Amino acid sequence: MAFKGRAYRFADDINTDEIIPARYLNTTDRKELAAHCMEDADKNFAKKARPGDVIVAGKNFGCGSSREHAPVSIKAAGISCVIAESFARIFFRNAINIGLPIVESKEASKGIRGGDRVEVDTAAGVVKNLTKREKYKIEKYPPFMQKIIKAGGLMASIKRGSR
Amino acid sequence: MGYTITEKILLKHAALKSVHPGEFIHAKVDLCLGNDITAPLAIEEFEKLGAKKVFDRKKVALVPDHFAPAKDMKSANQCRCLADFAGRQGIKHYFEVGRMGVEHALLPEIGLVLPGDLIIGADSHTCTYGALGAFSSGVGSTDLAAAMATGEVWLKVPESMKFVFQGRLNKWVGGKDLILHTIGDIGVDGARYRAMEFCGEVIEKLPIDDRLSMCNMAIEAGGKSGIIAPDKITRAYLRAIKKPAKPGAGKYYASDKDAVYCDVREYDCRKIGPVVACPNLPSNTKPAKALKNIFIDQVVIGSCTNGRISDLRIAAKLLKGRKVKSSVRLIVIPATQKIYLDAVNEGLAKIFIDAGGVFSTPTCGPCLGGHMGILAAGEKAIATTNRNFVGRMGDPTSQVYLSNPAVAAASAIKGHIAHPEEVA
Repeated sequence: MAFKGRAYRFADDINTDEIIPARYLNTTDRKELAAHCMEDADKNFAKKARPGDVIVAGKNFGCGSSREHAPVSIKAAGISCVIAESFARIFFRNAINIGLPIVESKEASKGIRGGDRVEVDTAAGVVKNLTKREKYKIEKYPPFMQKIIKAGGLMASIKRGSR
Repeated sequence: MGYTITEKILLKHAALKSVHPGEFIHAKVDLCLGNDITAPLAIEEFEKLGAKKVFDRKKVALVPDHFAPAKDMKSANQCRCLADFAGRQGIKHYFEVGRMGVEHALLPEIGLVLPGDLIIGADSHTCTYGALGAFSSGVGSTDLAAAMATGEVWLKVPESMKFVFQGRLNKWVGGKDLILHTIGDIGVDGARYRAMEFCGEVIEKLPIDDRLSMCNMAIEAGGKSGIIAPDKITRAYLRAIKKPAKPGAGKYYASDKDAVYCDVREYDCRKIGPVVACPNLPSNTKPAKALKNIFIDQVVIGSCTNGRISDLRIAAKLLKGRKVKSSVRLIVIPATQKIYLDAVNEGLAKIFIDAGGVFSTPTCGPCLGGHMGILAAGEKAIATTNRNFVGRMGDPTSQVYLSNPAVAAASAIKGHIAHPEEVA
């Protein structure tokens, strides 16, 4: 899979309360969740972000609660991919399970600035910074997870009986 | 090479000959749970999958506790969604308002959690049940949907970290302080993807309520699970439950002497006093004594971390015959109906009300900024809850400090963050 978009930068330890505050968890409506994506980390994010844009963060992205509404809101906001130095584990499995592309790369997390144009190629295992003309290596997923990703998420993989 | 208690439980549930950290397994679940925030998404996914029946109607628990009793119409619809699904599926462990409680206080209390169980829950604080010697871990809604349909979950076998607590507990110090101290030491991602195993002479004497507080906050260090080897204290706790929700005594596993840990840390509890986590991370810890002139607007005593009867008793001991500072709102929320009733019968409810506090029906409520005590812009609170992220309890400019119930009660009296010694 390959994605291209503008990067939005976030810090270390971005938690699920910042990604989608609990005051919006009284719904599962994708559009509503998208409208409040990242609201407590960057109030205007949902208005600024364009389809295809990329979130770039430091370590432990998505720490805190198990709310799947967090990756759901990011996906529904049109974000093509989240790049971070590392991910909190429940966010990580939620993203894999719902088919939100996420990439672990310390190099990319350090190198990409807000506003840089970024191209992510998961098959080739590389992130390109088109603005800075740099390339960063991606951590490859273990085959077990690649199967789920390829199927399009956990439910699709169960449906297919591909476990 | 030997196994840790976590590896032994996973091995038993994966039907494999061996397990190793880093390996992916499919494991059978003894219980899976969801609440009024996470279960509606799971139910959507379950139905999209075309699943007709849950794998075992006795092994699914649904607890409307976060925004319940329903705080608004949308929340009411989410609670309705749980009740309807539970009715359609004949789910045995569905708890309506009036019988419910904060899930991680309720399920152990009624005997639905046994040593050796493998439990997953669509709530990050599912790790609480490690206090009874179960492997339990928080997952998302899609995981819950898959578990409800298949009775299985995919897991990466975690590495284990061992935390040894030596010495003895100081006065006004409990499980909450030990876990805050630990998170302060290793950071909010210090145990990322790992099982946190708590042991040592202090843990061996520690009451179950304190063990529950400790395992509850393993997630705050990024942990996959927290666990304490079950022992005679566990056995006595389980024996005291009238009409347990689940038959059997469970399975008492212990780590082998030659089990492998990726890290071992020892703490001398004689050096640990009451700890407060300052905004905006649970790892931003300071000794309560070091905090001066931090004036607060609200105190919350409750939640899956510290809303149990022993927590309320500690708070009541300090509040008895005293008044909450005029500038402060005290909100006390027993975590379950049983705790609520015990608190009424023991006279604790009267102490809180006489002191000028609120005594409420069980709910997660303010802990996650849901309802029943949302903070205004710029307000400060001290709470016995588990998270103090930006905007956690309300306005993004409000701030939350985390502590044990004694520090919270002392602070309610003084109007600023206070060590219990200041009022005792």
